[in-house]
Amino acid sequence: MILEAKHISFRYGTDSRQILNDFSLKLTCEERVGLIAPSGSGKTTFCKILAGYEKPDEGEVLLDGRPLSEYKGYCPVQMIWQHPEQVVNPRLCMKEVLAEGDHLEQRIAEGLGIETDWLNRYPAELSGGELQRFCIARALGERTRFVLADEISTMLDLITQSQIWSFLIQEVEKRGIGLLAVSHSTPLLKQVCTRVEDLE
Amino acid sequence: MRRMNGRQKTALLFGAAVIFLVLVTIAGQVLSEAAMATDFSRKDRPPCPEYLFGTDWMGRDMFVRTLTGLSMSIRIGLLAAGVSSLLALFLGIVSATMGRAVDSLVTWVIDLVMGIPHILLLILISYACGKGFKGVVIGVSLTHWTSLARLIRGEVLQLKEASYIKAAGKLGLSPWQIAWKHMVPHLFPQFLVGLILLFPHAILHEASITFLGFGLSPEQPAVGVILSESMQYLAMGKWWLALFPGLLLVLTVALFDVAGESLRKLLDPGSAHV
Amino acid sequence: MDKKKVILEIKNLSISFQQYDKGFGRTELDVIRDLNVTVHEGEMVAVVGSSGSGKSLLAHGILGILPYNGVIGGTILYDGGELTRKRKEQLRGNEIVLVPQSVAFLDPLMKIGPQIRKGKKDPESKEKLNRIFESYHLKQEVQELYPFELSGGMNRRVLVSTAMMGNPRLVIADEPTPGLHMKMVRRVMSHFRELADRGAGVLLITHDLEQALEVADRVAVFYAGTTVEDADVSDFAREETLRHPYSRALWRALPQNGFQFIGGTQPYVKDLPEGCPFGPRCEQFCEACRGEIPYRELRGGKVRCLCAE
Repeated sequence: MILEAKHISFRYGTDSRQILNDFSLKLTCEERVGLIAPSGSGKTTFCKILAGYEKPDEGEVLLDGRPLSEYKGYCPVQMIWQHPEQVVNPRLCMKEVLAEGDHLEQRIAEGLGIETDWLNRYPAELSGGELQRFCIARALGERTRFVLADEISTMLDLITQSQIWSFLIQEVEKRGIGLLAVSHSTPLLKQVCTRVEDLE
Repeated sequence: MRRMNGRQKTALLFGAAVIFLVLVTIAGQVLSEAAMATDFSRKDRPPCPEYLFGTDWMGRDMFVRTLTGLSMSIRIGLLAAGVSSLLALFLGIVSATMGRAVDSLVTWVIDLVMGIPHILLLILISYACGKGFKGVVIGVSLTHWTSLARLIRGEVLQLKEASYIKAAGKLGLSPWQIAWKHMVPHLFPQFLVGLILLFPHAILHEASITFLGFGLSPEQPAVGVILSESMQYLAMGKWWLALFPGLLLVLTVALFDVAGESLRKLLDPGSAHV
Repeated sequence: MDKKKVILEIKNLSISFQQYDKGFGRTELDVIRDLNVTVHEGEMVAVVGSSGSGKSLLAHGILGILPYNGVIGGTILYDGGELTRKRKEQLRGNEIVLVPQSVAFLDPLMKIGPQIRKGKKDPESKEKLNRIFESYHLKQEVQELYPFELSGGMNRRVLVSTAMMGNPRLVIADEPTPGLHMKMVRRVMSHFRELADRGAGVLLITHDLEQALEVADRVAVFYAGTTVEDADVSDFAREETLRHPYSRALWRALPQNGFQFIGGTQPYVKDLPEGCPFGPRCEQFCEACRGEIPYRELRGGKVRCLCAE
């Protein structure tokens, strides 16, 4: 499959700064693309647009030639957020959080080092790194074709960062999932990706 | 004995308040016959062991009368607060989800109702509905929903924008699933607490319009009726006729407040560290 | 080497919270168990720990602005004397300045300019603020705005400006740069560096080891509630000069150093193991590691490990 962002422009409200200006990007299921971007350059916004959370002012997002908004139900393009605590409901226990997504193979939770004991906890009872593992697992549902990783490891320690990425690389390679990794760190993207682009 | 922690104390407080209120309600119901019983051989007695709150000019036992009156007040409060909070829930959600036009309309109505002094609007509505039980319930219901509606509207608006709700949509959950799984568990505690905290207002306002003569009719055993009748006898030195019913009314209202506040503390994860 | 004066010394600091379980049980949550840091005059020390490890509480603990259910233990010495509640209140905002994590710390009802100048209206402080704003590319109009009108990046820069305003002797910066442009990060960091070079002590609390290595003089590695190592920045050049197995694992996990990882996760405060918190993930783990582990001097730094040589 091919995920394509065509001539995307975006700004919040009418009088604020132009965040994205005529930006295009194309990625296939077989590649891991790195997007190097400094903080505040609109990379989160770009990920949100690519995953269908926001509508661009101009331009369009196509998945295999069809606008992404035409895909109803489970979205084949899943985004993993920088701050995992914002994307899980604080009132649900982790088991329910995982169950929200698509069917998950046991292998994924194991590969991410999710311990059975964590499943009965609430988000506030887990550390940032533990929580992020759940968010990654949730985004790797059966019907996922593309994963957008927006600075998913900046808030974690270096060891967790390397653990998470090695699993993610292995998993997307095995299942033919396309990966877009966004980060400010060039050494990281060079380690993770097959190709690195610059947002500016 | 092991010292109780804050949370256990709060729960105990909540339980005690609720039990007291339930007892008053039931006792008042059971004693409603006795409350009407007149006996001129025992009229105008000051408080004594036999008649704790004394008796009135028709020889009615003021303790029993007060209980019956309070019971009536609580039941009216229950009904009015229930209707009022459902109204608030409905309008709050509608306002937050049905688009801008509906939202402005609802917010305008909220502002309008809030802008008019409560008691004035209440009297107006109660009078228009023919006073009595019906008038009071409709009046109180229609005037007390605004702040809860505003709260719920705000909560829903905020929830709609929450990243985890949006993420749930992308994971294929339908709007109904999202409402049920994500919104209800968040809104329910707020709603429940709002409901309980409506009681004291409802009861006080019921008593005040009855006192002013726009509420329940004089033959009904209501605290407002007791208080307004006792006014004529106060000058004659029959202080017990107003003092005890008044105190008990204040106590009831305060207990509802205690119950609501302690429930809020128990349900709110933010104050989980009491 | 002449020993510079110690401005801040934190010994065996612990911070715990009382928290309710489901139902009515109550547990003590030791977010910080044993933290030791020393800051000298003219020195920049970074406390590096992953997010959610409780390191922000350190700043709040020093300044005495913990939430009401927090309990603090251990000693904090400022300028040789114990930092009591009264002294904290006197010193904070004057000699000790906090660059907080979010604008929630600003007064929402006061315009930015007067707020940073602390109400001073003399031309000198106005001039100074103008210069600071200029160096952070903040327009002068920003001084007339209220905190809620600022964008995310502006927020950060305004918060950093507050520290530059006075002549602080100790600056505590709590994650001062997330959400900032790389160039801006460097500039902010260079300003902290400048404050340190002028003689102030700077305590930088961050999750970003790479950034800390760029600017700080010393790094205290924070793991699961304790400081496991206190090392000179130059010690991070090679793996061998590091002392604690966790710091070494961190080093190996840097993308440029091989991106290797070890298993396990940093435990949540509730399930800390007995003895060494890193024990379950450590290759050199032995029976003795289940006991008390002292924080000891080693090769010019400090380490909390029995096996380190």
